[in-house]
Amino acid sequence: MSDLIDIRGVAHAYRTPSGPLPVLDGLDIAIPRGEFCAVVGPSGCGKSTLTRLVAGLMKPDKGEVRLDGAPIRGPRKNVGMAFQNPVLLEWRSILDNVILPLEIVAPSMPRKERVARAEELLAMVGLEGFEAKRPSELSGGMRQRASLCRAIVHKPDVLIMDEPFGALDNFTREDLWQTMRQLRAAEPFTAVLITHDLRESVYLGDQVVVLSGRPARTQYVMNVDLPDERPLDILYTPKVGEMLHVLRDQIKIAQGRGEGPGEGAAA
Amino acid sequence: MNTALRKVGVPVLSILIFLVLWELLVWANGWPNYVMASPSDLPEAYARFWELFLLGSWQTLWRTVAGLLLAVIFGLALGMVMGFSRIVRDGLYPLLVGFNAIPKATLVPVLALLFIGQHNFNTVMMAFLISFFPIAVSVAIGLSTLEPEYRDILRALGASRMTIFWKIALPKTLPEFFGALKVAVTLAFIGTNLVEIVSPHGRGLGALFLSGQTNSNYPLMFAVLIALAVLGIVLYYAVVAMERIFAGWAERAET
Ligand SMILES: Nc1ncnc2c1ncn2[C@@H]1O[C@H](COP(=O)(O)OP(=O)(O)OP(=O)(O)O)[C@@H](O)[C@H]1O
Ligand SMILES: [Mg+2]
Repeated sequence: MSDLIDIRGVAHAYRTPSGPLPVLDGLDIAIPRGEFCAVVGPSGCGKSTLTRLVAGLMKPDKGEVRLDGAPIRGPRKNVGMAFQNPVLLEWRSILDNVILPLEIVAPSMPRKERVARAEELLAMVGLEGFEAKRPSELSGGMRQRASLCRAIVHKPDVLIMDEPFGALDNFTREDLWQTMRQLRAAEPFTAVLITHDLRESVYLGDQVVVLSGRPARTQYVMNVDLPDERPLDILYTPKVGEMLHVLRDQIKIAQGRGEGPGEGAAA
Repeated sequence: MNTALRKVGVPVLSILIFLVLWELLVWANGWPNYVMASPSDLPEAYARFWELFLLGSWQTLWRTVAGLLLAVIFGLALGMVMGFSRIVRDGLYPLLVGFNAIPKATLVPVLALLFIGQHNFNTVMMAFLISFFPIAVSVAIGLSTLEPEYRDILRALGASRMTIFWKIALPKTLPEFFGALKVAVTLAFIGTNLVEIVSPHGRGLGALFLSGQTNSNYPLMFAVLIALAVLGIVLYYAVVAMERIFAGWAERAET
């Protein structure tokens, strides 16, 4: 009822030359305002499709995606998106890349305010002093940081991320997890994060949703009962170890090799 | 300093060597002027006909640029619809390829008959017809291969197609566009000259070439060829300069 994002009974099929391809079937996800929802699932099960539905870029064949109680009918100004590819514009400086959404969402906002807002965010993610640089002058991790800033510069209600850390090395990724938690504490967004990294889902999420194989339905929901203050070490506690184990088993089931004698073969 | 010297010095040197070799070749073979003029004959031709050279260069130049401008406008528009609409792309591609395959010399009499006596118009038309193709194709390909994420970051905010085009698709296509423009400027130049040389009572450097031929003034003909080469170089590097200004970021991105 008080959920900001409410996905209920959603089904969707792509029309392909070889007939309809059901991608989602029986998807239910509820995310209260301000919460962080991590979504994991087998490759190709329909996770990116889910982000496009929440962003209003597509409409589901069946079921409803509601935002604050009202069905999503199309794109809205209060959403931000980040992808695995940072898609920064090479002809703009980092600062102007971050400002881009404001040019669409708040065309009358004075340049000075836009710059101040962008600088504030860039400082928060540790990119102070890189405002005037071109994207190609930054490392992959730094580009992803800038991309996150751009996704939230206009203070969206909903931040949608599709494997934003997927292409980064392990240490950079862990750095960005911490940055993500800091941003979360400072900014008001509600987040949907697609990931294929279980540790990432637990470290960042308030809940972790496991999707089944294609067509994806909600197979399992885990409430992440960890303190808001999360040092990286928390990932090595027995409690988190157990959670990861449960999720791991769920993924195996989702991949269709969890039950029965198949389990040994999957290891 | 050193690199600046090299940038100017090396081309100048190579041109000088070329002229010396040419002079030597004519001298060694003992060719008379009516077989092949030598560089030392050229200054006289320029001195005698400098007014005609200035006028001809101007006429060739403005008609080439006018044709190229038309090609840019039309090519951009065509590339846009082809880039955004699959149906238009599938429908127009064979037509365009077929049109591009026609040797443009065959269009000269067609144009001349269609627009009798409109020499300026015919010349501009030819420059345009011969040069819009690479522009349209490059813009179409640039737009249709835009990664969906680039579109989605703005589309998710409710931005219009026009906004996405101006803010993302067009600038992202600029490097390809200028690549095509470099080809197009040379083609437009060829188109202009083609009409000038073939048309009776034409204008521009091409007509000057023709009059050199009818008067058996071979040094004049060669002088025109050199002038054409110089004008072609000027046009080409004008495009390169614009590329530096508008799409210089692409160059930096590669290193
Ligand atoms: N526009 C489309 N038209 C047809 N089929 C599509 C389209 N987009 C995706 N699909 C298919 O739908 C299925 C789900 O795609 P989706 O991108 O949502 O999966 P995903 O879970 O994000 O995959 P990954 O883990 O590889 O990112 C895939 O089999 C894909 O081939
Ligand atoms: Mg995906």
